[in-house]
Amino acid sequence: MSAAPVLLLSTRKGLIVARSGDDGWSLDDTVHFAGIAVEYASVDPRTGHWFAALEHGHWGPKLHRSTDSGTTWTELAAPKYPEGEQFRDPWTGKTDAAVLTNVWTVAYGGADQPGRVYLGTNPGGLFRSDDNGDSWSLVRGLWDHPSRLGVDGGRPGWFGGGRDTPGLHSIVVHPTDSRRMFVGVSCGGVFETTDDGETWAPRNKGLPPPVLPDQDDDTGHDPHFVALCRSHPDVMWQQNHVGVFRSTNAGLTWSDISQPDGPARFGFPIAVDPDDPRRAWVVPARSDGQRNAVGGCLQVCETQDGGETWQRRVRGLPERGAFDLVYRHALDLAVHGGARWLSFGSTTGNVFVSQNGGAEWTCLSHHLPPVYAVRFA
Amino acid sequence: MARIQFTRHLKRFFPDLDVEAGEVVEGDTVALVVAGLDARFPGLAAYLVDDAGRLRRHVNIFRNGSMLADPHGLTDALQPDDELYIVQSLSGG
Repeated sequence: MSAAPVLLLSTRKGLIVARSGDDGWSLDDTVHFAGIAVEYASVDPRTGHWFAALEHGHWGPKLHRSTDSGTTWTELAAPKYPEGEQFRDPWTGKTDAAVLTNVWTVAYGGADQPGRVYLGTNPGGLFRSDDNGDSWSLVRGLWDHPSRLGVDGGRPGWFGGGRDTPGLHSIVVHPTDSRRMFVGVSCGGVFETTDDGETWAPRNKGLPPPVLPDQDDDTGHDPHFVALCRSHPDVMWQQNHVGVFRSTNAGLTWSDISQPDGPARFGFPIAVDPDDPRRAWVVPARSDGQRNAVGGCLQVCETQDGGETWQRRVRGLPERGAFDLVYRHALDLAVHGGARWLSFGSTTGNVFVSQNGGAEWTCLSHHLPPVYAVRFA
Repeated sequence: MARIQFTRHLKRFFPDLDVEAGEVVEGDTVALVVAGLDARFPGLAAYLVDDAGRLRRHVNIFRNGSMLADPHGLTDALQPDDELYIVQSLSGG
């Protein structure tokens, strides 16, 4: 974390950096990868390296790294799915070659794993590097999990949700045991490893039946984003396609903590307090059929009691006429000077910041391209 | 061997690419020429083909003005004086 909060804004037209200063927030004049969609960018807290995942449209997904805070960038070799790997579409039953179609998220190993970086990708592969991204290998234990292609010729437990193929979007490394981690796959569900990726177990008990009717209850779920309370790592949260869920036993079972009539129900991102296991924030959206601001009001909902109650946080946000949707990586939290800084960006190019846990919001820009990810540096 | 002409968009990522005169690369199939290009400009092949070696969906290669017969395997045979044109589709916004 830098001396003053810095935000990396991944957008459809490049990576934009916002900095806070004495006069408020400002955007850097330099747009990194101008004109190119940046799917995700974040900073490795151990090395300070910036990573950016690009989606060119024409030229395929690319990965870049900067070791000087964005002054210069180096294109890294993007991971490749091994020859012969396949995924199977559950509706058509057809198989196709598994090839990298996008890098959806970047995550970092523990302090005891120098050089360890993870990538979550479509069509569902988790890739691992032990040399700060210079080379990549597919985490076979997860890729070969029987739920992915289906058991005994049955329906695949992993499939596309919003995209044509399953995508791995959440990577949560346990704060006290780096060999233990959780991932979230849309659609597939939450999976846990305790042996550094060798073996994986589904962690989806307590969620409603999955999207497909004849699915094994353990897979086929659609977690939109999965997070964990760093000081109480048995407490996990997920914004799921069918509601907001919380676990107090490290994902063994989940409880529905959605508001029955909303707005805290459907949405994509969730931010979790690192110290208070009962505190989290979501940015609700109106129904999966519409996917825009609920009632035209852009709002953040906060719980301080583990999801028993939710409070709307709208001060400074547009209360009418908003069509903003906030993607799963486009809400972030950082503790800075004892304060809870929150920021989110939307599909309509609005970025808001709060430095008091969402009580008040300030608009950073109304004029950005569609925002894919917001991460504090 | 073939002479390869490129879309200028690729020069942004490979500044040394000669998009004026084109690049001349040895190889008697398109796949071998792409591999030869990658040896000269490391990483270029990944801009043209996916992990399985198939031509990317929004990229095209024309041989002497005609589309390739095998965009998945790039097995099209080349004659010494052939010209390849690498272009990207006009799409997006």
